[in-house]
Amino acid sequence: MLTLDEVSYRYAGATRASLRDVSLTLRDGEVLGVVGRSEAGKSTLCLVASGLAPRTLGGTLSGRLLIDGADTAARAMHEMASDVAIGFQNPGTQLSGVATTVYEEVAFGPMNLGIARDEVLRRTESSIDALAIRVLSDRDPDRLSGGQQQLVAIAGLLALAPRHLILDEPTAQLDPAGTRLVSDAIRRLAAGGASILIVEQKVDLLAGVCDRVLALDEGRLTLEGPAGSILADPTLHALGVAEPSPVRLRRLANEARIPSRAIELALGRAANVTDA
Amino acid sequence: MPDLAVESLIHVYREGGVRAVDGVDLRIGAGERVAIVGQNGSGKSTLVRHLNGLLRPTSGRVLLDGVDAAMRTVAQLARSVGLVFQDPDRQIFAGSVRAEVEYGPRNLGIRGEELRSAVDWALAAVGLEFDAKTNPYDLGASRRKLLALASVLAMRTPVLILDEPTTGQDERGVQRVRSVIGEAHAQGRSVIAISHDMRFVAEGFERVVVMRDGRVTLDGPPEQVFGRDAWDQLAATFLEPPLPAVIGDRLGLGSTPTDEMLIRALASLG
Repeated sequence: MLTLDEVSYRYAGATRASLRDVSLTLRDGEVLGVVGRSEAGKSTLCLVASGLAPRTLGGTLSGRLLIDGADTAARAMHEMASDVAIGFQNPGTQLSGVATTVYEEVAFGPMNLGIARDEVLRRTESSIDALAIRVLSDRDPDRLSGGQQQLVAIAGLLALAPRHLILDEPTAQLDPAGTRLVSDAIRRLAAGGASILIVEQKVDLLAGVCDRVLALDEGRLTLEGPAGSILADPTLHALGVAEPSPVRLRRLANEARIPSRAIELALGRAANVTDA
Repeated sequence: MPDLAVESLIHVYREGGVRAVDGVDLRIGAGERVAIVGQNGSGKSTLVRHLNGLLRPTSGRVLLDGVDAAMRTVAQLARSVGLVFQDPDRQIFAGSVRAEVEYGPRNLGIRGEELRSAVDWALAAVGLEFDAKTNPYDLGASRRKLLALASVLAMRTPVLILDEPTTGQDERGVQRVRSVIGEAHAQGRSVIAISHDMRFVAEGFERVVVMRDGRVTLDGPPEQVFGRDAWDQLAATFLEPPLPAVIGDRLGLGSTPTDEMLIRALASLG
């Protein structure tokens, strides 16, 4: 369990806070989605929740970050890292830069946690399979396409078997198949008791993977609730967040004065197809 | 305005021997808006990097207005073909937003009033007109991406290539990218975009090219590429048609790849 208690954060040199009075609890086994327009504070929330801000980034933090109810203020970054893993927006930032093959890259994290060799290999194998990147095992991580790098970066995070995982747009560069692999992996990780906070612009993905969703606007938490109701909330559109495809179609049909029964029937038929 | 032709293009990366493009023939007319879709690693980025000479074919040719690109330097090609990278941080280096956008046209020899108006126009097109003095690294990731787009726009190249322009953009950012493409199109420029966002593709492009394993497997208007007859081909490359296309088919309304087309078809049922 990871808790933010009335957290505000201002970057070093910035005149305004990027996060204001945010309180939230990320429960064990829960997937929590975060939406909001650009520069609403989503990435900042990731940096704060992982402990990187202010430990590595400087800046000013007020309020508390707690893990399992214990304040983390006195903990150094390397101590935080064993409890919280973070995946950055840009896989280029994520990759170690020292591994010469994808296999080594995925194994890099658990190796550095000082885990027994057998366990490192087991985790590396299962993460590689989870994201279907075995064909890339022997390739140089620096010479992969953007989307392939993103899959490798996420495999590296899975291999850490983190209790708390913070993901900042983990599927931005992924094709639909890769996106599905990542959402399946997230669900499995949560089923095993881990808690996951995920920032995404792809609301259709969030609709499928999240238990709860919260919205940020100008650094403040403005909406919070079960994924289904938040993603269908009409104010989301006004916050500059894209609507999930069915929600948008309902709105457009309503604006075109198409009877809601007709559009529900249409959506129902499409659901049967995509489920099958 | 030039047209582009790719003939029997093959590209094998020297390192690793990966055959990223495996025999592509493509002709893109002046002023066309073409989206390229396909799985990660299907050769999309490798293909477009040949159009501005960043990569040279292992075999085959790229023709710009009938002239073999091999006969031109990257600097010469840069006057005709602008490429915006997927990752803006591979592109950005200047100390201010304005200096960043000036760099490209300045390199093309544009100066004075012409330079200023090109930069002003490009900044306004992406909504960064009030951030000219900002350090690029004080912008968030999504605005850095729009900055990278502006710096290529300012070169006013007749061909504009965008590698995944909407990733990390919120609804308004996607809207901006769409309006930039619309404006470039209105000026008669060709726009080629790589994207995984099928809604963006269906709504903003007249032509969709599907790639798989370094080859082109589908090529046509969205109504055709996202139409029922192409679904098996799409599934083979793990792509799904946009939701309105699926609904339109289920209801026997024909191919309706965009929300607008579906709503229009539903409304006409009365």
